[in-house]
Amino acid sequence: MKQTAVLIKSFVKKYGDFTAVANLNIEVKRGEIFGLLGPNGSGKTSTLECLEGLRTATSGEIDILGINPTKAGGKLKNIIGVQLQSSGLPASITPREAINLFSAYHNISPDYRFLKKFDLVEKQNTEYCMLSGGQQRRLSLIMAILHNPPIIILDEPTAALDVQSRVALHSIMLELKSKGTTIILATHDMAEAEKLADRVAVLLKGKIVALGTPKELTASGSNISRISIRTSENCLAGITEFKGLVPDPVNQEYFMLFSKEPGSDVIKILDYIKSKHDDLIDLRIERPSLEERFLELINPI
Amino acid sequence: MNAFITHFLFDIKVGLRDKTLLLMNYLLPLGFYVMMGLVMTKINPGFAENLVQAMTVFAILAGTALGMPNIIVSGRELGIFRSYKINGVPAISILGIPALSGMIHALIVAIIIVITGPLFFGGIRPENLLGFFTVFLAMAIAATGLALLIGVISKDSRMTVLWSQLLFLPSMLIGGLMMPSNILPASVSFFAKLLPSTYAMSAFKSLAYNQPTSYNVGGSLAVLFAGGLVSFLLALYLFKWDNSDEVSKFKKPALALLALLPYLIGAILL
Repeated sequence: MKQTAVLIKSFVKKYGDFTAVANLNIEVKRGEIFGLLGPNGSGKTSTLECLEGLRTATSGEIDILGINPTKAGGKLKNIIGVQLQSSGLPASITPREAINLFSAYHNISPDYRFLKKFDLVEKQNTEYCMLSGGQQRRLSLIMAILHNPPIIILDEPTAALDVQSRVALHSIMLELKSKGTTIILATHDMAEAEKLADRVAVLLKGKIVALGTPKELTASGSNISRISIRTSENCLAGITEFKGLVPDPVNQEYFMLFSKEPGSDVIKILDYIKSKHDDLIDLRIERPSLEERFLELINPI
Repeated sequence: MNAFITHFLFDIKVGLRDKTLLLMNYLLPLGFYVMMGLVMTKINPGFAENLVQAMTVFAILAGTALGMPNIIVSGRELGIFRSYKINGVPAISILGIPALSGMIHALIVAIIIVITGPLFFGGIRPENLLGFFTVFLAMAIAATGLALLIGVISKDSRMTVLWSQLLFLPSMLIGGLMMPSNILPASVSFFAKLLPSTYAMSAFKSLAYNQPTSYNVGGSLAVLFAGGLVSFLLALYLFKWDNSDEVSKFKKPALALLALLPYLIGAILL
């Protein structure tokens, strides 16, 4: 059984009379990528800031590898690496200087191999403010991992990045996980969470409304699948036999149907197509994505 | 210690690389010095007597009061201090390193002024260089302390402009840089004694040029050193890692007014 890396028990964070986080309980196992999802104001940032030792919990317990972050003093910096949402680096610093500076504070020798690994060799003497968004994010990630911490906290690591940079960062995160690093990933990107996270917690108004693997979460919702069909003769146009079968508003050549029993509905539709001597060109059955489940959770009907 | 030195050397380089800091540390003080040397000494030949010490004080004020507070505010606003805190950078380094590097930049400018002032603009070389640089140090400590405090208590960069000008402009007008303090009316003279530049100009006259002054030189240096120390300690006490930092209810920005205490005592006693 995997050891616990982060334990949050009955955690409450208040700002004056406002309760940002109410009675949060999370256990993150070692080597796990744990996604923290939630809309703005859900309590994600307050939770992360308490984990990072930037704020103090109003009540409850936070334990990171046996250390209370608010009482850890200098010990915490050795066991966590943090990539903040904000830049976190001076505008004039170069990647090489940043590695020198942060290595000095971690009392380790600077390892410039990170520059090659993160494709920043050519930019090693370029000021931070002159780097592209993707390069800045990669440098921030280097700062989070250069002291080889067992736990990494990433706050919106791929926000506003192009697809190429995002894919590159995802592969780095998976590589870190393969080496046993625990990653706490706060993100608004549901596809990212679905792809990377072993488990996710969805926070809403400071409380967990769902916790589990992405598959568990998507399966635990209304469980409605989407059926998309395209035929050569368009025999489904104007059909009345199937209630809810409508043209796809995005891709007009397709018809779509939301179904709780996709298996039997597909058989019925195929029989209908056959009876009309039409030819099937494409048929897809899609499970609800984590994004759809997330929207369902934060906007319950 | 290794981390402190690495951070300090990086900060020195930034002072030369960053355009805003380059302007405040070098271009503005040296440009103003050349202009005053060329123009003011022609309009008012008596100004040449004060040129070296007045432009040294100006260089210190430009690098500290005008340049330093924004470093603190932007560090807080951009999350740089949060990142520093997570990585174990202590608050004393965050405040102490720009203070030290600012003093180094001001020292370089002061050396340039001491050498070139007498050569090109008829300025007077200090008779006692050790005395000159002792007063330089006292003034640099006092101005740096106040600049850090302004950065720490300012909510944003607009407020730093306001607070910085409250220090910079009166220092220029009544702090002994443009005209001797002893010709000021008594009512204005009291307010002039709340400014570090007044004590620095007086101490320069006495300690670097062996001339009689209105204030006791030991008292002037004590006010400057005490002012710098009190300001630095207050800045450290009121320091916030970010704008939304939760601070103790006792940490009110109004406490920064205590930084005036040494100057107030000086104004009453000296």
